[in-house]
Amino acid sequence: MAGSPTHEVRDFLRRRREQIAQRWADEPLFRAVFTVSRDEAVEAGKAVVDALAQVADAGRVEDPDAAGFTAVREQLARMGAARSRAGLSTAQVSSELATLRPPVENLLLSDLQEATDTHVRDCVTTLSVLMGTLRVVVMQTALSEGQALIDRQRLQLLEVATPVIKLWDGIVAVPLIGTLDSARSQVVMETLLESIVEQQARYAILDITGVPTVDSLVAQHLMKTVAAARLMGAECIVSGIRPAIAQTMVHLGLDLGTVVTRSSLADALGYVLHQLGVGIVTPGANGTVTR
Amino acid sequence: MSEAFPGPHGGPATGHVPVLRLGEVLLVTLQGDLYDSTAQQLQQDLAETISRSGATGVIIDISGVEIVDSFLGRVLAEIAGQTELLAARTVVVGMRPAVAITLVELGLTLPGVHTALSTEVAMALLTEHAPSSRYGGLRRESL
Repeated sequence: MAGSPTHEVRDFLRRRREQIAQRWADEPLFRAVFTVSRDEAVEAGKAVVDALAQVADAGRVEDPDAAGFTAVREQLARMGAARSRAGLSTAQVSSELATLRPPVENLLLSDLQEATDTHVRDCVTTLSVLMGTLRVVVMQTALSEGQALIDRQRLQLLEVATPVIKLWDGIVAVPLIGTLDSARSQVVMETLLESIVEQQARYAILDITGVPTVDSLVAQHLMKTVAAARLMGAECIVSGIRPAIAQTMVHLGLDLGTVVTRSSLADALGYVLHQLGVGIVTPGANGTVTR
Repeated sequence: MSEAFPGPHGGPATGHVPVLRLGEVLLVTLQGDLYDSTAQQLQQDLAETISRSGATGVIIDISGVEIVDSFLGRVLAEIAGQTELLAARTVVVGMRPAVAITLVELGLTLPGVHTALSTEVAMALLTEHAPSSRYGGLRRESL
């Protein structure tokens, strides 16, 4: 009678579209996402059934990249995201998706009462594979959403975390915050050198108070920045090395060479002002002057 | 910048970079493409001019140079070295950020070369610390 299991499943999905969507609308996944109206859930269910039928029609039940899923990908992503926002882990969302399979399978079995055992088994297997692929698609969209978020935030971090501050005429400072990797230190170096030219700064202070750890790689980045600034005619001072970090650096045998270091940004500024011949005086209460 | 730099003996042979004399200081301004032969010629010219004139400082303005390769980097270091031997000081002025990054990545930190942001600063450095007051010393880090 019927053709291949794939086509049998496709015909079944098209025939039973309405009933499947109705049953899915009662499942927790659809109920939780489409809280406003049940009709909306049914419509969404129908769209998913259509997509599955199209994928089965193309004979690509095992392919999560099948063209049939394109239409519902966004909707599935929205559903996945809604469940994640509700505090469900990826595994929990996945198991909620698994609950969509039994109702469809029951419908399929009741439709195939006349068929031979082998054919029934083949059809059920095909349906299971198809539903499994649907789960993969949802997981995929959830993961790529997360990846996109991470990429966006990394870019933001690059922009936000490297301000160059003018402290005085001819003095600029960069407060470094967070872990320094190659990409970030490159950005730091470029922005610092640009602002040295722009401000005609003879002194640049690199403050590493906000850098949690200093390993040989970070030290190397610092040395490179200092060397590049020197080539341009500016002197670099590294400040904000915390006691623990100073200890680690000595243990690791890291040598900052002839780089001038100071424990705090204030000390570094004091040193630079002294080099520039600028003095800061504090007038005392009785008119005396303390330096 | 579209052409590659010719080899040490390639390129036009008549590449003289003008060396200006401002009192005790010699000023050299490098512009755009600099052929290897021109750089070598400059090195020779500078040595002769210093010994003839008794200049105490050399300012090399490279703010117009967009590409410094390892050869030119070495020439700059050598000029500094020979100038030092002739009791004068070399200050490299106005290096662009991109050039500085390239040189550091190449491992050329030019340890013996003094640097300044502008010719003005360089002039001040050289006149403040003339060889007669040598003990005051010009800032000179080696990295």
